[in-house]
Amino acid sequence: MALDSKTGTAPRDFKIIGTRPARPDGIDKVTGRARFGADMSAPGMLVGRVLRSPHAHARIKSIDSSAAEALSGVHAVVTRADFPTPEADVADILDNCMAGEKALYDGHAVAAVAAASAAVARQALKLIKVEYEPLPHVIDVDAAMASGAPALHEGRANETVPKGHSPNVMARHAFGHGDIDAGLAQADRVLERSYRTEATHQGYIEPHACLASMGADGQADLWCCTQGHYMVRNTCAAILGITQGQLRVTASEIGGGFGGKTTVFLEPVALMLAKKTGRPVKMVMSRAEVLRATGPTASSSVDIRLGMTSEGRITAGFAELRYQGGAYPGAPVDMGAMSAFAPYDLENVRTIGWDVVTNRPKAAAYRAPGAPMAAFAVESAIDELARDLGLDPLEVRLKNAAREGTRASYGPTYPAIGLEATLRTARDHPHWSAPLGPNQGRGVACGFWFNFGGDTCVSLNITPDGTVNLSEGNPDIGGSRASMSMMAAEELGIPYDKVRTVIADTGSLGQNEVTDGSRVTFAVGLATIEAARAAKREMCKRAAQVWGIDEEAVIWEDGAARPSGPNAGEHPPMTLAEIAAIASNTGGPIAGHHEVNAEGAGVSFATHMVDTEVDPDTGAVTILRYTVFQDAGKAVHPSYVEGQFQGGSVQGIGWALNEEYIYDDDGILQNAGFLDYRIPVASDLPMIDTVILEIPNPGHPYGVRGVGETSIVPPLAAIANAVSASIGTRMNDLPMSPPKVLAAIQAR
Amino acid sequence: MSKIHVTTTINGDPVDYLCDAGESLLDVLRDRLGMTGSKEGCGTGDCGACSVTVDGRLVCSCLMLGAEAEGREIATIEGMADGETLHPLQRKFIEHAALQCGICTPGILVAAQSLLERNPDPTEEETRYWLAGNLCRCTGYDKIIRAVLDAAKEMREAP
Repeated sequence: MALDSKTGTAPRDFKIIGTRPARPDGIDKVTGRARFGADMSAPGMLVGRVLRSPHAHARIKSIDSSAAEALSGVHAVVTRADFPTPEADVADILDNCMAGEKALYDGHAVAAVAAASAAVARQALKLIKVEYEPLPHVIDVDAAMASGAPALHEGRANETVPKGHSPNVMARHAFGHGDIDAGLAQADRVLERSYRTEATHQGYIEPHACLASMGADGQADLWCCTQGHYMVRNTCAAILGITQGQLRVTASEIGGGFGGKTTVFLEPVALMLAKKTGRPVKMVMSRAEVLRATGPTASSSVDIRLGMTSEGRITAGFAELRYQGGAYPGAPVDMGAMSAFAPYDLENVRTIGWDVVTNRPKAAAYRAPGAPMAAFAVESAIDELARDLGLDPLEVRLKNAAREGTRASYGPTYPAIGLEATLRTARDHPHWSAPLGPNQGRGVACGFWFNFGGDTCVSLNITPDGTVNLSEGNPDIGGSRASMSMMAAEELGIPYDKVRTVIADTGSLGQNEVTDGSRVTFAVGLATIEAARAAKREMCKRAAQVWGIDEEAVIWEDGAARPSGPNAGEHPPMTLAEIAAIASNTGGPIAGHHEVNAEGAGVSFATHMVDTEVDPDTGAVTILRYTVFQDAGKAVHPSYVEGQFQGGSVQGIGWALNEEYIYDDDGILQNAGFLDYRIPVASDLPMIDTVILEIPNPGHPYGVRGVGETSIVPPLAAIANAVSASIGTRMNDLPMSPPKVLAAIQAR
Repeated sequence: MSKIHVTTTINGDPVDYLCDAGESLLDVLRDRLGMTGSKEGCGTGDCGACSVTVDGRLVCSCLMLGAEAEGREIATIEGMADGETLHPLQRKFIEHAALQCGICTPGILVAAQSLLERNPDPTEEETRYWLAGNLCRCTGYDKIIRAVLDAAKEMREAP
């Protein structure tokens, strides 16, 4: 994708891009009118509930649902036996939604019921008799890799895994270039360290919810909170054995996702219950179900070897990463291994990632999946080595920073990137030189994320009164409808409030990738701009027709068609509204659309700086000050860019300090609620300061890069570096909860 | 199981309903009265998304029984705006981009209104502690706190 043909990404005088208008869904969301997943009802609706395994690992010997089915008010019970044998690409997804031969984790769905009320449904679940044969289980990633560990699946390892490994090892990924041993030999100091992070949950406040209906003719409708209703359609159709065209999915407003709503849990079950009962079925998870059975991220165990010269040049970087991704293959260790050293220009770099299964819920994507744990290890090691050598950790990062032309540790060569800009801005920021008090420390860390484009489809329609409706297919998870309206208005040269953007259902647009990979403002924005350009071409053609001149002699400027060139003649400009008003007489309705597999998503870098204070008596950590420096390419709506920086940072603060999945000896999750799985609250935090840098992405007409995910990558290490500086000893295991910090203080 | 007949006032309107003895006020609001502005994020009083006021006191409606609303004055997010005029807090939340997904917003607005009724000039720290019972996972709270402080300022300066 070339630069904007007229102006490129050189500084351009935008009228709307870069301003901060009110979002189109704002009033609905502050008045309670916005309809989220659980807010929809249907006439004759039944309530669906799920029975879940109380065992971490057990063979399901039999399920007897006769007593439940006999209960008054129960309309259907569904087990795995009701589903057709799945194709391989959805087999694990179905097995995660409804267990087959084995329950693989505490909370794994084993049956579901549809009943006239929630009270009857609850009662019915108690009447379903499941005979389990409990099996040995494994929770920890290193334990799962040990020989003799209880095996979840036999013979599932792919061809990348050398013989002799535990059957829980599913895949091995390797990246890098150069010669690690030779690089380490050139170092003045070599550091070898191990790091651990615990599983954390995305923690969206809205539990999963859906409302399904399905007729005997196979036509089905589904309303649900999801990051991608096209993904829901395709996955559910495959699981139920119906065609994609028969299933229409409408995305509700979504109450947070962060990657956790990029797969299905309830939806195929609700559809099957709707099919069996002939009635609409609504299913809503409890918070405990969300924590027990939906996507946490992987926990990790990482070994680093890093060599540095006394001047601070990194001579070699090696990382071996072991991630457990729950009960099925697919831990995001490949992306951890790719991103670990991505911020640095290294001659010798190698990463190896091991994808391991354990008796935990299947990991789902979580904001830059796999990258924060890898960055935690690498950025901690760089910090420790720099401080050991008496070097400034920011200068060491600048000395090794990747820039345009650097061969990335995962393969490609970078185009224009913003890492150096974030580091220089951080170094020159007053935060870096502000004084610190006793028990206080300052940490910095860098982070990287790939960003993504993917299949995208938008339709832009000009109404007869000259306003614009934009239909796109990506659930708006943080203000993206505002950004789309802004890009359409900018391109068309009309006011922002003349454009209304809606999220279309799956029957109204072609395939759209999920709202993930920080792709929406980039890819949907790109498609929106192209759709607006198509509409402009059509409007120029209509004006040419009215003026009786060649359409090549008409240009679009400031919201109007204008004659241009020597032979165009003198004609007053025709505005969008004027052209729209006579569209019926000049050929019919006017629209623009664009369908693309968007390429050219620009990679994104950030540097985070944080000050912490540690209470030496309790080990409690306070975040005193936090500043984010990140390259946005071009900030379309700066408030929502800042919001992404702030939100990702605070999720990182939770991951670093508080959040973890805690299991007992039987593999049962001990903290399946927001009281004990404690995410940051307002009183834990200071303001999160942000500095938006704009190094244009050459792959987008306005220079936009994704901004959503990078912000969760640096905080783990930045905070660990700050806490380590505060207490004078390294913290290499997350979370840095008070007991752990206190133990570290006492052991120093 | 026989149901309980409850007569109450919600956002100034007289309301009566039948509910089960074990049904929460939140379930009554959402499932019986169709008032889905209050959200269930946890059902255990930890997230604040279901915040309402009862006789002026801020409560999690998931922790109160529907039957306990008898004779009380309930206020929910649906009653915050005056017709088409938004409450200053609602306006400032939009202006400051203090919401991303918006699921926690109704509860936070109800809680913030309750704060400003008691303390029209809260400090940042007082605001953070008052809102510590309302979880937001998207924003990191920064813009929420700014919006509340800005709304408080505007309300203090209003004639």
